[in-house]
Amino acid sequence: MKTFDYSRADTPQDAVKGGAVGNTRFIAGGTNLLDLMKLQIETPERIVDISRLALNEVEAMDDGGLRIGAMVPNADLAAHPQVIKAYPVLSRALLAGASGQLRNKASTGGNFLQRTRCYYFYDTAVPCNKREPGSGCPAKEGFNRIHAILGTSDACIATHPSDMAVAMRALDTTLVTLKPDGDRRRISIHEFYRLPGDTPHIETVLEEGELITHVELPPAPAGKQAYRKVRDRASYAFALVSVAAIVAVDDGKIANASLAFGGLGPMPWRSEAAEAALIGKAPEREAFEAAADALLADAKGFGSNDFKIPLTRRTLIAVLRDLTEDAA
Amino acid sequence: MADQELPTRERISVLDRAVQRVLGQPIDRTDGPAKVTGDARYAFEMAAKDALYGHILTVQIGAGTIRSIDATAARTAPGVVAVLIDDDRLPADAVNSFDKPKSWRLGREIEFFGQGFGVVVATSAEAARAAAALVKVDYAPRTGRFDPDLSKPEEHEPEGLRPAVHTGDFDAAFDGAAYRYDAVFTTPIHFPAAMEPQATLARWEDDRLILHSSLQSTGGATKAIARALDIKADRIRVIAPFVGGGFGGKTSVGAEAIYAAIAAKETGHPVKIVQTRRQTAHLAHHRAPTRQRVRIATDAEGHIRAFGHNSVIAQRHDRWFIEPVHIGTTHLYAGAARSMGVDVVRANHPTSGAVRSPGEACGTLAIEVAMDEAAEALGLDPIEFRRRNEPGASPVDGKPFGTRKLVECYDEGARRFGWDRRNPVPASVREGDWLIGTGMAAAIRSNITVEARANITLHPDGSALVETDMTDIGTGTYTILMQVVAEALGLSPDKVRVAIGDSTLPRSAGSGGSFGASSSSSAAALACQDIARTLAARMGVDAGDMTLQEGHAIAANRRVPLTELLAGEAVRADGHAKPGDHTNAHVSASYGAHFAEVAVSATTGEVRVRRMTGVFDIGRVLNEKTARSQILGGMIWGIGSVLHEDGMIDARTGQFTNPDFGEYHIATHADSPPIDIHFIEAVDDLANEAGAKGVGELGNSGAGAAVANAIYNATGIRIHDYPITLDKLIDALPED
Repeated sequence: MKTFDYSRADTPQDAVKGGAVGNTRFIAGGTNLLDLMKLQIETPERIVDISRLALNEVEAMDDGGLRIGAMVPNADLAAHPQVIKAYPVLSRALLAGASGQLRNKASTGGNFLQRTRCYYFYDTAVPCNKREPGSGCPAKEGFNRIHAILGTSDACIATHPSDMAVAMRALDTTLVTLKPDGDRRRISIHEFYRLPGDTPHIETVLEEGELITHVELPPAPAGKQAYRKVRDRASYAFALVSVAAIVAVDDGKIANASLAFGGLGPMPWRSEAAEAALIGKAPEREAFEAAADALLADAKGFGSNDFKIPLTRRTLIAVLRDLTEDAA
Repeated sequence: MADQELPTRERISVLDRAVQRVLGQPIDRTDGPAKVTGDARYAFEMAAKDALYGHILTVQIGAGTIRSIDATAARTAPGVVAVLIDDDRLPADAVNSFDKPKSWRLGREIEFFGQGFGVVVATSAEAARAAAALVKVDYAPRTGRFDPDLSKPEEHEPEGLRPAVHTGDFDAAFDGAAYRYDAVFTTPIHFPAAMEPQATLARWEDDRLILHSSLQSTGGATKAIARALDIKADRIRVIAPFVGGGFGGKTSVGAEAIYAAIAAKETGHPVKIVQTRRQTAHLAHHRAPTRQRVRIATDAEGHIRAFGHNSVIAQRHDRWFIEPVHIGTTHLYAGAARSMGVDVVRANHPTSGAVRSPGEACGTLAIEVAMDEAAEALGLDPIEFRRRNEPGASPVDGKPFGTRKLVECYDEGARRFGWDRRNPVPASVREGDWLIGTGMAAAIRSNITVEARANITLHPDGSALVETDMTDIGTGTYTILMQVVAEALGLSPDKVRVAIGDSTLPRSAGSGGSFGASSSSSAAALACQDIARTLAARMGVDAGDMTLQEGHAIAANRRVPLTELLAGEAVRADGHAKPGDHTNAHVSASYGAHFAEVAVSATTGEVRVRRMTGVFDIGRVLNEKTARSQILGGMIWGIGSVLHEDGMIDARTGQFTNPDFGEYHIATHADSPPIDIHFIEAVDDLANEAGAKGVGELGNSGAGAAVANAIYNATGIRIHDYPITLDKLIDALPED
């Protein structure tokens, strides 16, 4: 671990001022950043501790939505009565992630910014375009069982590891940020992440020193919600495939569908085409298959992750069937 | 001195006569409170004044030579005291007392990725690690053999832990049989995966070296350390009162111990080094990958006529250990014609070695599935098939078995599990999305008795001290030695103190091979017997006519407090147990039967084990709770080995791709179902003085195969390439 300067911010304004100085990282729960620093994958010169900022409230908003402070621990958010009641997909996704100890420490804001679990990203002895831009990608022809099948580029085929962010994407979340100049931004989660292209080291639209302060959920959408995570063991494993689904059936037809996926892409994946294939259709196998076809139309495997294509298809169809069983 | 060749048991053991009712009881581990409160100090937690910290430098290519090393920047980095390179004694990886030193003294030759070549010593662990990243190495790489082809063996059945077995005319017996089974299985690399990584604090007192180190043996380790450092073993003291798991990986001495010793000498300070988790994968040994061919030939009634278990494993150059894949198979089933052995392919891999049930863990994943397949093909229940092939004596040479309650384990396991309710037709039970299946497998683990010494002092106040250099690697040594001594001398548990984990104490063989508890208990029992004889003499009776209970000697209608018999003077005895001629005259093993019920998602192929039952014959049960805990851990390892564990070496570079607990998956609590464990207790008079057989590795033998067989029963899919991950099942799952 490289030596670094440490300071603790008392207010978000303090934090962003400190964070604007080059090569600084915010630290909240530290559940990912500390590991990366030990391995010298992240080598910040300064750390601004934001863990004690007063951003740990979950509040109802006037429009019926929910405003979540960025420092709310994953465990607390999963157990919040309003989340369990109105956004069960989020609660389930949070509880599907990591382990009890990690969820106690990990923050809501930090969860969005987890780095990939690509084996090669973690190994400083090999090239990695995400870690060292331009150095190469050993995953494409190496072990890629856990890698992405959608949204990849020549430079990078890594996945985004979060479960929470997948549910947040299905829920049309907005991230609220504070910039060093004092401006606030509201960023739709649909615009928050960037595809790797030839700059896989740039993962979000956050600017230097910009701090996520809150997350806003719109009012609970109509329909039933589910989060299904497929993984190699029952706990403490990243998703091979996960599906966050919210589906409303009205008068024998699917009236609304929101589908987001983990384990498939470099960001929590959302497929408008898959949703469009469902809306207005009877909740039957034909529509479910059409949705899977639309989702996977551009899917590309790299060898050992080819199985994710049939796995995603089977999982999505099963989730849709379960969600619409009573309504059909 | 009670010096006795084992096993003789010509007279009744002191433990058989004892009436204190402590031995066998499910007593909580005596070291438990210290561990959960943090009082127990592990090697890296030991304090030493002015200690420095080391970080091991490792090569970052898999084969070639080091052309040059530039440590200029590291030497001037903040906090750095020394950078040691080019010392011939710095080992490439772990050292031991059976390989030649040239196997780890590789100098600038690179045999495998991650081998050690130097150490940075600094005022903090972080400073040492940061400076290590500044050391520049110029390599001359060569093409390494990173992806060895196990179908093309090079060394034919070299001498290893278990000799090859060739009896009868195998080809004739196989070719002429009514039923023939012939299949190939592969098992991947397994890491020991102890929670505590290898760690050492080294300091010198003049020319004496003191090491606090995380090791499975203390006295035994001094020999390996002496060879590595070119000093005399009696100059070395190894202290390891607490060890955070071994699983075979700490049977050798970690490279960091040698680096720390050298660095401490060079700098004149105590030096602490802990291997990073990623380093442990390369610097400590792993279980070799295996390719196993299993052949079973039977007559029309299912009596085995020929049994073949021929394997190929990978090992790096110059290392002696050969995964003894057929060790359990050798004596498990009948069959006059036998062909069993292990061939070797040399690879540019880190060293492979003994990991959790070497031989049986990977061997049973093949043979116990093969037996299941053969039983089905023969139209026999898998238990019935095994029953028909239960040998009455060694099928290799006719030697008698020690206690062998294997058939009883099948029967009691079947009863407890409800085997008679099983639907033998694959893929016929479904609950919603879940395909349900059950399976069983036998468990076997060779029982080894090794030389061990223990001293016992009965103090004038009637308390006892037992001393041996044994370790407690989380297994319960402190507790069972207390129980043996309390039982044999008629003392309440709080009157017995156990001192272990220090090489200055009487020599044992340490923990490994499941021999620790039975061997050190035997030594303690022999010492107790000596003390009992002394006490009996003072009572004026024969030891056989005296009972020791609650701190009193009872004989000839007298009940005399020990404090009175001792009359202000301690009595001391040395127990020395060692294998004798009897050991070679019979075949000794622990046995068991595993039963598993699994649910397999018809959608995704995810496998969840729903419940397991295990019934075991381990000889005398020294502590019902610690024995159960060991079996429980072993069975959970079995779940991991069949479903999760897979150490992946990148074929392009020779390095481990998943050397951490994030991506090297072992079974978590959520993967571990309710497990019912039962012992069929049968004191094994032939095994040793304690009448106990090995426990630690038995639970891991066969547990994975029971799960694999249950997966087949649930889905109708056989996978011979472990682990059975969902991607291997998905194409054969039913249409959703």
